[in-house]
Amino acid sequence: MNPLPFILAAYAIALVVPATLGFAARARMRRAERRLRAIDPPSARRLRARARP
Amino acid sequence: MASHAVVFEPTPANSRGPGLHRFANPGRFLRLSEALLPWLAAAAILLGSAGLIWGAFFAPPDWQQGQAARIMYVHVPAAWLALSGYVALALCSAASLVWRHPLADLAAAEIGPVGAAFAAICLLSGSLWGRPMWGAWWVWDARLTSMLLLFFLYLGHIALVRAFDDPTRGYRAGAILALIGVVDLPIIHFSVVWWNTLHQGNSISLFAAPSIYISMLWPLILATLGYSAGFAAIVLARLRAAVLERRIASLLLAEAARAEHASFAAAPAPAR
Repeated sequence: MNPLPFILAAYAIALVVPATLGFAARARMRRAERRLRAIDPPSARRLRARARP
Repeated sequence: MASHAVVFEPTPANSRGPGLHRFANPGRFLRLSEALLPWLAAAAILLGSAGLIWGAFFAPPDWQQGQAARIMYVHVPAAWLALSGYVALALCSAASLVWRHPLADLAAAEIGPVGAAFAAICLLSGSLWGRPMWGAWWVWDARLTSMLLLFFLYLGHIALVRAFDDPTRGYRAGAILALIGVVDLPIIHFSVVWWNTLHQGNSISLFAAPSIYISMLWPLILATLGYSAGFAAIVLARLRAAVLERRIASLLLAEAARAEHASFAAAPAPAR
């Protein structure tokens, strides 16, 4: 039995699944960062931090 | 519950907490993860591609298994990460149950899907190796069955964490399941020793010299390091997103409460 198709399939799964997870995680992180910046700008955060006792 | 609102507020850079809790401070975590993520991602890409290219094109074929042994360079790192990911999940679950720290809850919830994906890669690549080697996609061998059980434990954890309206109850139930599931880890590891399995024995051990040839060992180590960095980067990015989402939710909640309070204050007093 030629093992080449099995090797290719295994490498494809092992590359596609982590890459998809990585891109999805990055997109979710960027989305959350953008949303937080819109709701709570860094300038307001700095002011709050300074006002904290 | 009250701790959620407090914990996800940004904290000053010079704040000091007691013991290990200092490292679980969300403000510090966000700064640390921002600095670590690019390095982890670069290490994952460089080490992972070096290991996989070396394993696929330059490592020698196995004297018994031939070219099919090249599947090992993706199967072994995935198995290692499925197991070590579960150890991390169990540690976070223990921290969540003992200290009730919301960051531990979030970490456990974010490790679950990534660990399940790596367990699935391990099972699928093992199956793809088994067909040309054993003539079967699947056998109910002790190693394979206990690994399948680990995959189901991950799925059970993911489902349980999301099964309750009150997230705290979901995290608690998931943590208990994760700690019970730890029993499966030594079974997976020692299954090839305790039972007469079709799956081959361990080639690499902490306490003995490796039984695989050095020119096959190096690409395997590189691929494992690359995948480990990738796993850490994915979990860190997901956890960072989860912490930010919590902060957004608590800010919106505080804003809504302020608006409600203001509307009550502005409303005219009822006529007598």
